[in-house]
Amino acid sequence: MLRVLVILAGLGLAALAAGLWLTQPVMLDEARFAGLEGDTTRGETVYWAAGCASCHAEPESSDKLVLAGGHRFKTEFGTFVAPNISPDPEAGIGEWSLAEFASAVKRGTSPGGQHYYPVFPYASYVRMTDGDVADLWAFFQTLPPSDRVSEGHEIGFPFNIRLTLGGWKLLFANDDWVRPADTPEIERGRYLVEALAHCAECHTPRNALGALDTGRWMAGAPNPAGTGRIPALVPSKLNWSAKDIAYYLETGFTPDFDSTGGEMAAVVENMGHLTAEDRMAIAAYITALEG
Amino acid sequence: MKRLPIFCAVTVSLAIVGTAFAASHGANPAVTARKSHMQLNQFNLGALFAMAKGDIEYDADAASAAAGNLVALSQLSQRGYWAPGTSADDLPGETRALPALWGDGSKAGEIAGSLSEAVMALDMVAGDGKDAMAAALGPVGQACTACHKDYRQPQ
Repeated sequence: MLRVLVILAGLGLAALAAGLWLTQPVMLDEARFAGLEGDTTRGETVYWAAGCASCHAEPESSDKLVLAGGHRFKTEFGTFVAPNISPDPEAGIGEWSLAEFASAVKRGTSPGGQHYYPVFPYASYVRMTDGDVADLWAFFQTLPPSDRVSEGHEIGFPFNIRLTLGGWKLLFANDDWVRPADTPEIERGRYLVEALAHCAECHTPRNALGALDTGRWMAGAPNPAGTGRIPALVPSKLNWSAKDIAYYLETGFTPDFDSTGGEMAAVVENMGHLTAEDRMAIAAYITALEG
Repeated sequence: MKRLPIFCAVTVSLAIVGTAFAASHGANPAVTARKSHMQLNQFNLGALFAMAKGDIEYDADAASAAAGNLVALSQLSQRGYWAPGTSADDLPGETRALPALWGDGSKAGEIAGSLSEAVMALDMVAGDGKDAMAAALGPVGQACTACHKDYRQPQ
C-alpha cells in the first residue's frame, strides 16, 4: 500500500514539475534581436496600428504619445490598470533591452520572468514580426518620458496567481493565423487585423477561460469595457463594402452616417495614421471573413 | 346573431389600435425626440458625406441646403430631449445614452458648442466646391465622435 502511495506521489510531483516547466514564462533570446536595427518611421506606423496609446496613454490626456498609463479596465476577473511604458528609466521601461521588450510584447513575459495578464494582447502580438517589434522599440525611444508611478492591478484570488497564466498561454497563445489569405492585400490586412490591431480581442467572443473563441471569429461579443455589445464583423451581420469599411476607419462615419463611439473612437483615431492602402487591406480582410 | 361579426370586428380593431398606441407611446417621448433629431442630422450629413466620398456628384445648392439644415438643427434647444432619468441605466434597451452624460464633469455642453461652431463653418463653405466642403466636414465628425465616444454605449 505504502509503495503505491509513494509511486503515486512521485508521479504527481513529476507531473507538477513537467507542468511548471511547460508553462514557465518564455524569454526571447538576446541574440535573436542583436542584429536588428529599428526604424523609427516604420515604428510609428506599427505604434498606431497596434493601438499602444489607446490603453497606455493617460485616460484624460489628449497627448497620445505619453505612455504614462493609468487607464483602468474593469473585467469579471478584477480591475487591471495599464502601467507606465514610457521611456522613463525608473517609472517606465527605459532600461529594458529590445529582447526584453520583445518577450513582453510577443510572449507576455516581464523582464523579471513573470507572466503578464492577457488583458495585454500578446496573444495577438505573438504574430508580430521581429522587424516590427524592433521598429516599434526604436519609435518608443523617441517618446517623452513620464515619471508617473504605475499602480498594481486589483485582482482577487485565484486570478492573482500569475503562475496559472502559463497554462493559459500554452493553451491559447500561439502564432497560427486564424484566417486564410488568398491575395497579398488580404495577407497584409490579416497581419494588421490579427497581429497588430488585435481587433478580435473585442470583436470575438471568449470562452469560459477568457480566451478568444476562434470558431466564432469576429462574431461580435459583450462589451469588455461596460454595457452593450461589440458588433460582429462577419458578412452576415455587417454588409458594408470594403470602401465603406476603409472610409469608416478613416473618418469614423458608418455608411448610414452615424458616427463611431465608445472605445472604437480611439481605434479610428489610430487607423487615421495608417496609409489608405493599409486601411483598404483591413477592409479586404474583413469582407473576406466567413459567417 | 348579426351582432357577433360586429363584436368581432370591433374587438379586432380595438386590439390593433391598442397595439399601435402601445408601440408609439411605450417609448419614452424624450428618447424618441432626441433620436429623431439625430436622424435629421444623419440625413443631412449623409448627403454631404456621399458627395465628399464621391458616391454622388457634388451639387453646390444641395450641399448648402444640407449644411443650412445642420445649422438650424444645432440651434434648436435640446433641453427637453435630455431629461434626467432617461439614461441607458433608466431605460435599458431603449437608449444607449450613458449616465455619465448627466454626471459631474460631463463635457456634453462644450461638445455641443463645438458642433455648433463646426456646422456654421461648414455652412460658410459648403457651396464653394467639393474640396472646401469635405475639409469642413472633418471638425463636424470630430464633434459627433467626441460625444459618442464618452457618452454612448456600444450597440
